[in-house]
Amino acid sequence: MQLKPIISPEQAVEKIKPNDRVMIGGFMATGSPLNVINHLVDLGTGELNIICTDTGYADKGIGQLISSKQAKSVKASHIGLNPETGRQMNTGELEVELIPQGTLAERIRCGGAGMGGFLTKTGLGTMVEEGKQKVTVEGEEYLLEMPLTADVALIKASIVDKAGNCIFNKTTKNFNPLMATAAKLVIVEAEQVVEVGDVEADRFTLPGTFVDFIVAV
Amino acid sequence: MDKQALRNRIVKRVAEELKPGSLVNLGIGMPTLVANHVSDEMGILFQSENGMIGIGRDAVTDDNLDVDITNAGGQPVSTVPEVSYFDSSLSFAIIRGGHVDSTVLGALEVDAEGNLANWIIPGKMVPGMGGAMDLVTGAKQVIIAMEHCNKNGEPKILQRCNLPLTAKGQVNLIVTEMAVIEVTENGLLLTEIAVDTTVEQVIKATGAELKIASDLKTFGEIE
Repeated sequence: MQLKPIISPEQAVEKIKPNDRVMIGGFMATGSPLNVINHLVDLGTGELNIICTDTGYADKGIGQLISSKQAKSVKASHIGLNPETGRQMNTGELEVELIPQGTLAERIRCGGAGMGGFLTKTGLGTMVEEGKQKVTVEGEEYLLEMPLTADVALIKASIVDKAGNCIFNKTTKNFNPLMATAAKLVIVEAEQVVEVGDVEADRFTLPGTFVDFIVAV
Repeated sequence: MDKQALRNRIVKRVAEELKPGSLVNLGIGMPTLVANHVSDEMGILFQSENGMIGIGRDAVTDDNLDVDITNAGGQPVSTVPEVSYFDSSLSFAIIRGGHVDSTVLGALEVDAEGNLANWIIPGKMVPGMGGAMDLVTGAKQVIIAMEHCNKNGEPKILQRCNLPLTAKGQVNLIVTEMAVIEVTENGLLLTEIAVDTTVEQVIKATGAELKIASDLKTFGEIE
């Protein structure tokens, strides 16, 4: 049976190096791997290139990595509820690229699915189109958006079996299953770890093949 | 008019635009309040771009709190019985694919060509666009719910937006405490004015040319 190593949060964050591109799941901290994030803050790796849908709150979730200055760049769709992100961006301490949320999701999906990019109308006629190629298909204009990948993905699942198969409850899904496909190293923080066979296999929405390590909370 | 009465008037009028049986995405802030004015009989489902269809209108209490169910503002919400959940990829397939019938958002500026600016004030406020660019581009109907003027009393409805755009030419309807304005191919059409205002006052508070509908109606109640 192909089982995945179960490691501690301390062991998990030691696998992340300065300059790594790190995808982190969650939406305003719902479905974020909060335990792993806390340990990453404590370890103080720094110089991280973070990819996430939002920088959460200054004191919770991904926002703590910003507040404790672990990031040198952030790609995100929304930073409005964490004033620290905006402050560091304005002083030049942090490089921020704002990406429409659907475009961010699809870029990650492309990265994980071996696609060379995709065409979307989102961002046409706005700052988002700057520097991007426009493509006309059947008379309709689109922006070409490129795939996005990462060195590490830190995701959170509600239930993980020891083979790494994941269930994400309700709105904790968000970017977690997408990011798991697009990173070289995938670490899943599990709310609950179960034996293989304990959960009906049909309920898993992310196959364990994408998972490298399980962190049990 | 106090803020709450003003907001109530706007969201109540927006709610009348929503079609029975439709799928609707409400933006964060004032647009969220539109749900309070939609009856169960209308069978409207509310989508939230973080990954659910079927946000309920019941308040969240200690009894029904589920920390795994939050809206796009990260706040816990209740659900309707037919709720469903999905990841961000499917969520934006729903949004970009034209499966959302109406979206209601706020605006910093909106203009005579249906252009919308609501995600950045360069050098000042940079919250980011979140899902707004995808929503405005993909939804069949885009309704702007906002106060007619900004906090300095200057028009937010302009001939041409000054701020960076969220999307080009996507806005269909603007609802404020003073007016209901349709975006048409020939510019802005004033279709309704509030009971406590005049056409002249609306024109004065608007930074774009307004055509006046021949069957101009009134809306709202006197506070």
